[in-house]
Amino acid sequence: MVKPGSSLRSFWICAAILVVLLFLPPVIPRFYTYILASIFVTSLLAMSLNMVVGYGGLFQFHHAAFYGVGAYTFGLLLTKTHLPMLVAFIAGPIAAALAGLLIGWFCVRLIKLYFAMLQISLGSLLWAIAFRWYSLTGGDDGMHGIPTPSFLFSSTHAYYFILIVFSVCLLLMYLILKSPFGMTLQAIRDNPDRCEAVGVNVRRHQLIGIIIATFFAGVAGVLFVVLEHSVFPDLLFWILSLEVFIMCLLGGWFTFIGPVIGAAIMVSLRTFVGIYTQYWTLILGVLLIFLIFFLPEGIMGFISAKLGSKPVEGIERAVE
Amino acid sequence: MELSQSISFAALGGHFFVGLSRAMILFVVTSGLSLVLGVLRVPNIAHGSLYMIGAFAAYTISRLFGGGSTAFWLALVISPFVVAAVSLVAERLLFQHLYQREHLMLLLFTFALMLILGDLVKLVWGAGEYRSIVPPQLLKGSASIFGSSIPRYNLFLIIIGPLVAVGLWLFTNRTKMGKIARAAAVDREMVGAVGINVSWVFAFAFVLGCFLAGLGGALVAPTISVSLGMDHDIIIEAFLIVTIGGLGNMWGAMVGSLIFGLTQSFGVLFWPQFAIVFPYTAVVIVLLWRPMGMLKSVW
Repeated sequence: MVKPGSSLRSFWICAAILVVLLFLPPVIPRFYTYILASIFVTSLLAMSLNMVVGYGGLFQFHHAAFYGVGAYTFGLLLTKTHLPMLVAFIAGPIAAALAGLLIGWFCVRLIKLYFAMLQISLGSLLWAIAFRWYSLTGGDDGMHGIPTPSFLFSSTHAYYFILIVFSVCLLLMYLILKSPFGMTLQAIRDNPDRCEAVGVNVRRHQLIGIIIATFFAGVAGVLFVVLEHSVFPDLLFWILSLEVFIMCLLGGWFTFIGPVIGAAIMVSLRTFVGIYTQYWTLILGVLLIFLIFFLPEGIMGFISAKLGSKPVEGIERAVE
Repeated sequence: MELSQSISFAALGGHFFVGLSRAMILFVVTSGLSLVLGVLRVPNIAHGSLYMIGAFAAYTISRLFGGGSTAFWLALVISPFVVAAVSLVAERLLFQHLYQREHLMLLLFTFALMLILGDLVKLVWGAGEYRSIVPPQLLKGSASIFGSSIPRYNLFLIIIGPLVAVGLWLFTNRTKMGKIARAAAVDREMVGAVGINVSWVFAFAFVLGCFLAGLGGALVAPTISVSLGMDHDIIIEAFLIVTIGGLGNMWGAMVGSLIFGLTQSFGVLFWPQFAIVFPYTAVVIVLLWRPMGMLKSVW
């Protein structure tokens, strides 16, 4: 994906951005730190999805279910038990990964749209539980005022916490995708039959990919609770899954950083256009149509094409 | 979480007929979605929005004509055409330029269309107020069948569903246009190669599919409160139904709708709080049992 030599340059760019982000909170209004933190959380969710969609070629259509499982697990453990924060923090992603294992185990048996629909049904079962089990989850109201630890209560501290976890996760995801496992995943995306023929266990790799991706979705869910102090069933609703999927397409899948751009655009549009008009989804829709007609590879795809480093080949192959 | 202790035969029958009528509405909507999926190979996420527009249009038209029996029938006939007109504009203006693109781009396009149509409905009709249509005199009240009392309107739906199915079957099997559409579903390049304008076949299939969405919206309007968010509620159910039925297969849409409608209805009877879980579980079971759907898929 990246030319040799330019990876060092990318590293320095990332480091510079991280330093800038670290020094931002004292300078900018508190509202903007909140928006930035919100973008980090959504980006993490979108990037975790992109691991299986962009790099794995899987039709992971209900990724939000795992985000919700992470958020609910964290929220429930903090509200109903007296476990230390660290335990709850680790339990969230692990619960999400377990849900990923369970749902993925069924889904990898099917392909493409069938995979997608099976996952939507199974994910919707999780949603139904969150939506209907009033005594445990608060039903459609969700839970509000979740007691996150006091050191995370100020929005600046939450910002730093989210930024650090986000950066660590980003690094981990990058390393996983560069590892032999990540390469195999991409090979499976491009030609599952040939991979099967050379002795790669396709289903097992896909399942592990799903487990890793859902783990990071769970981390994003936990971070959401750290930021918002609440959970509600919409976190597991398929509309959110679709939105996250769109973020990946918008920013440019097949690029590592694309989903961040997509998430940033969606969150900013919702926040800033939402202030002026309740019809921000109309504007998003029109924007998407312009994008489809003029930037079919997504924003990052367009940028990397301009810069001459061609994005990963085989978009058609992955889809067909 | 309490299970109902005594379930009478009459209650079973009642839920069966309610489930059946729900299945028929689902069928009218999903047969359209299935047609678009089969011919254009596009998962049209905006299908639910067109269904919602159908319901809102039916509401406005019936109000326009005074809300009586005639108004209902006029609304039922006119609103699908309103929806068809909207879809024709979307297809000719935008969609037809995208058929060469990858599927996920088309999916993205229909998602954008859903966002736009949803907000346009909000712009035109506003968010608040309770909206409903009164069924005509003929279909008011209930009828008694096997000791269970069924609203007449639900019986009307149970008759309409098979009529739509037969009509659609006649269209796809007995008319030239329908046969071309079926051929295009199997091999669009070949259809183009024998000199047929595939672009117009696609447009026709798309508009017909959306017409059915509008019809479904108009049919459902008297049984629910017409409101924003209808699009989100139906579209996911519709996709699950066409998938378990067999993508692009009209009778599959019927089978899927029956499975979905009936499990939903009996779920309410057996475990009201988690009724919502039953149809999803049914879908999971069907997909694991027959991964490509109950009937033959055209994909």
